Amino acid sequence: MAQDLRYTKEHEWVRVEGDLAIVGVTDYAARQLGDIVFVELPEVGRKLSQFGAVGVIESVKAVSDLFAPVSGDVVEANGELASSPELVNADPFGKGWMLRIRMADPGQLNNLLERAAYEELTREG
Amino acid sequence: MPYGPHTPEDRAAMLEAIGVASVDELFSDIPAALWASELKLPPPESEVELTRRLRDLAGRNRVDLVSFLGAGAYRHFVPAVVDQLLLRGEFYTAYTPYQPEISQGTLQTIYEYQSMMGELTGMDVISASHYDGASATAEGALMTCRATHRERVLISHAVHPHYRQTLCTYFAGADLVADEIPLVAEGPAAGTTDLAALERMLADPDRPVGGVVVANPSFVGLLEPMAEAARLAHAAGALFAAVVEPVSLAVLASPASYGADVACGEGQPLGIPLAYGGPYLGILGCREPLVRQIPGRLVGLTTDIDGKRAFVMTLRAREQDIRRERASSNICTNQALCALAASMYLASIGPHGLRDVAALGAARAAELERALAGAGAARLHPGPYLNEFAVRVLNAAAVHRRLLARGVLGGLVLAEAMPDDPSLADALLVCATEVTTADEIEVFAAALGEELAEEAR
Repeated sequence: MAQDLRYTKEHEWVRVEGDLAIVGVTDYAARQLGDIVFVELPEVGRKLSQFGAVGVIESVKAVSDLFAPVSGDVVEANGELASSPELVNADPFGKGWMLRIRMADPGQLNNLLERAAYEELTREG
Repeated sequence: MPYGPHTPEDRAAMLEAIGVASVDELFSDIPAALWASELKLPPPESEVELTRRLRDLAGRNRVDLVSFLGAGAYRHFVPAVVDQLLLRGEFYTAYTPYQPEISQGTLQTIYEYQSMMGELTGMDVISASHYDGASATAEGALMTCRATHRERVLISHAVHPHYRQTLCTYFAGADLVADEIPLVAEGPAAGTTDLAALERMLADPDRPVGGVVVANPSFVGLLEPMAEAARLAHAAGALFAAVVEPVSLAVLASPASYGADVACGEGQPLGIPLAYGGPYLGILGCREPLVRQIPGRLVGLTTDIDGKRAFVMTLRAREQDIRRERASSNICTNQALCALAASMYLASIGPHGLRDVAALGAARAAELERALAGAGAARLHPGPYLNEFAVRVLNAAAVHRRLLARGVLGGLVLAEAMPDDPSLADALLVCATEVTTADEIEVFAAALGEELAEEAR
């Protein structure tokens, strides 16, 4: 699990690059979901608000929502996941990324969990 | 599967565990005024008594009438094989088993249903299945909103009034807007969906439209400009949902051919007997890109570990038992037996047979048009129809009532079905199918002629 990331209680991760937030789901989430067969992501330009449901992740055993860790505009959605949703299982922090969001308020990052707190959460769960 | 109800001891243990004195206490937050009062039921009857009473009740149905009533539910000949096979115990159960290990037959029939409906509509995906045409239409309209992230649909005033009501009920609950597209008032297109009005409604930049819903044939039997309506919808970034009657698709253009994204309709004409209140069959299909939006379930064809052909439940992850309040529909059941009847009907009459059914109905309707015009009831609209049309009859409700007394069910009093449309104030909606006979047409025309003469006096 990478050090420089922030996390949500809903198991999304965020990596900050300037005013962009790159978003995906954690390896814990990917393992819990099982084989992911479909990812539905918002279109470019859509305005997201922090912790709102923005997409859908469907695995062989469950359908879960993807939540926006921060408010902002969708700059890019990972188009590769349409044909290769298994990338989320294989490389959740890399090729399995989902969204690039131009953050409306970087201060919202303070509402997210640091690595230690997220690890604590997944240990309990 | 053994079914064991909870014993009084079980209940007492559960109540004690949660610290509640009685079952009633669990419902104490419901105001007493809303509690069900005691049911006033008659005393028990023996099977002999009950059979007699039910037979008397059934005897009050009028099955002697010469019928020209359609309006969304149609009389057709059903080959005996359909009813016979439906009674097989493997099918005739209260519940549809889906476990592939024990249910290959059931799953295959659902797969066949999807395949045949796919052929008929041209749609890539057919869900199996829905309650009726009205709920399928409402679900189809909801799909267009979900897919476009827009909150408004436009539905033609010429879609069946029950379907419009059902759609409005669904939309009110979902905080979505459904606006009606008016109909052309006069000229050669009178009674069909007003395309100029549709274009204007689509152009409102503050109220983007997710879907446009038009029926073909329309409620009053007219053929609608489906291709043009679809083109206008798509030009405005909306999806197009076609409400179709399945038998008509044997001779009319398919929803796919005019660019529909969603097809919905009532499956009753496919081998399902007429019944007041159903059970009927909701048909719902879509193009492949919308597959994740379609409610209900899909059965797919695959191979098992030995490489043999096998059928499995392929997609149902969006259903309520899995996705709770975010499910694509809050109806989590289907009409498997009626879908099976439709499949058996289509398989037994075949594509040529279905074409004959549709074409013969149209031919009978043309005879009916001539006979009724001769009796003094001319068509209300000039445009083309398939097997159902409106005729102008002054004082239609009274004439309809007197025809009934003479053993003729003279279609539908349009003013009662569409009270908000003054152009339909003096009109009957009549239909013919392949089971309509020349004699029946003659009886209807003669009776109507006499009644109209009576009215004129």
